[in-house]
Amino acid sequence: MSVGKKDISCPPEAPGTPLKDSDIAEKKVTYVEDHPDIRYAWTAGQAISRFLNELKKGKLIATKCNKCRRILFPPRMFCELCYKPIDDWVYVKDTGTVQTFSISYIDPDAKPLEKPVIVAVIAVDGASKNMAFMHVLGEVEPEKVYIGMKVKAVWKPEEEREGSVTDIKYWKPIEG
Amino acid sequence: MEVERVSGLKFHKKQDVAIVGAGMTTFKRRLNETGKELSFLAIKQALEEADMDLSDIEMVVMGSAPDAFDGLHMKGEYLLDGSGGSDRPYMRVFVGGGTGVFAPIAGYWHVASGLADVCLVVCEEKMSSCMPHPQSAFKYIWDPILDRPLAPNLIWIFALEMNRYMHVHNIKHEDIALVSVKNKANALDHPCAQLAEKITVEDVLNSEPMALPVRRLDVSPPSDGAAALIMVAPHIARQVTDNPVWVTGVGWALDTTMWTNRDLYFPRYVAEAAKMAYRMAHITDPRKEIDVAEPYDPFDYKELHHMEGLGLAKKGEAPILTREGVTARDGDLPCSPSGGLLGVGNPIAATMGVKAGELYWQLAYRAGKRQVAKEVTTGVCQAWGDLMQVGTVMVMSNKR
Ligand SMILES: [Zn+2]
Repeated sequence: MSVGKKDISCPPEAPGTPLKDSDIAEKKVTYVEDHPDIRYAWTAGQAISRFLNELKKGKLIATKCNKCRRILFPPRMFCELCYKPIDDWVYVKDTGTVQTFSISYIDPDAKPLEKPVIVAVIAVDGASKNMAFMHVLGEVEPEKVYIGMKVKAVWKPEEEREGSVTDIKYWKPIEG
Repeated sequence: MEVERVSGLKFHKKQDVAIVGAGMTTFKRRLNETGKELSFLAIKQALEEADMDLSDIEMVVMGSAPDAFDGLHMKGEYLLDGSGGSDRPYMRVFVGGGTGVFAPIAGYWHVASGLADVCLVVCEEKMSSCMPHPQSAFKYIWDPILDRPLAPNLIWIFALEMNRYMHVHNIKHEDIALVSVKNKANALDHPCAQLAEKITVEDVLNSEPMALPVRRLDVSPPSDGAAALIMVAPHIARQVTDNPVWVTGVGWALDTTMWTNRDLYFPRYVAEAAKMAYRMAHITDPRKEIDVAEPYDPFDYKELHHMEGLGLAKKGEAPILTREGVTARDGDLPCSPSGGLLGVGNPIAATMGVKAGELYWQLAYRAGKRQVAKEVTTGVCQAWGDLMQVGTVMVMSNKR
């Protein structure tokens, strides 16, 4: 180990060999391609299984912690703040308030969408403050959506429900 | 409550920790070099600046984000040789986007504990392997049962957070766009920059909508790149340099994964991490005592959000400070003088080079054209990530 730094600007240089996307498409660089295909089956667990089964019935269910007195939604089997098992199951309403929203022009792969999706964080009525979940809005023009807007769930017909968050088609504004 | 959370912590360290060298590669959307080769290039620079060679390195910490970008599991092991980690204690750390400051925090505890006197920290990201776009890997971050059936894009959560932040403080998009304008212009002086350019607020507001309010120019680009730091004990620092930069505080914290149960307008995870770091560094008034900052800026609103979490601005005040030029390179509180992720690029973990690396260069007065105008003694850098829930904070000073 020698003493003293060299007099160099920082960072001293910027090595690296930039490529264009087209260099891959036109096979101008050496590369190897693979398409891994791995499958999964995720069990929903104790709390979310009950939640999904209640969705089939057209109901939203939460859990309750008697120590912090919070109504927890989406439901869990333990309160993460008190770190104890929950005490009870309680139904909450299928109405709520838009806490925040976004008008998305991109799909999961960042490809453009023809018609934008309105995604929102919705605090459901009957659960504790900020107990919200993510879903989409419908029957409303994007420019009409605002934070604080009251909304109500629009359910799929019972025979089409399958125990998924998509059993709610979307949330629509409550008139007035 | 926020303060009490860290009140029980005691910071018994064996020895102080100094940074004596840093390096980074160019950040580009696509580089030919592999992750191993990029790591090698960054480390070579850091060793040159410190005038050391690999035989001086006792332990190595490596940081890199999701394996899904590489399509290769056990990335830490795959990157070992490029990281200079073979035949010595070596570990990989990972907290998503927070890794760029968490890896040097891990380097800090290697040295502060006395386990090592010389620790090399290297961060690498090669996002371009994921085709056609790394967004396709990001979709596997979402909860498979509650979120993925809605076909979400990761940008959604940032858009939702940005909109909530704008709503609570009545902030206009114009004021947020100023961050993008400032950072991309700062990046013109960075030799590694990917998106350095002179743009206007109108350019940002008129750029392509992604998930409104987020538009194309509100966002940093995916990149390939690597960065390295050398962290040493005081007796080594004395041998290597007259001007070491000391790590005076570190902090990290995670908020609940149930992100829809939080009020998104304020980054509590950053505030908790900052309190821990400031307590360790004996900082009681960050706005007065911090001379230069590198808050994490993957989105323009995020620099503002994080300034408030770091206590560098009151809640809702960061856009005002930005508009008044306080956060400019010649301002009273320069923020992201490197050009940040918005200007230099966002190779997730490797952003260490523009956060911890830049703070080191600023405090060592080695930032060249990027050197801030004011006299600097103490600075803070910060990163953020996972499901927008982790804050990682490091305070540095050129006085011990
Ligand atoms: Zn509780």
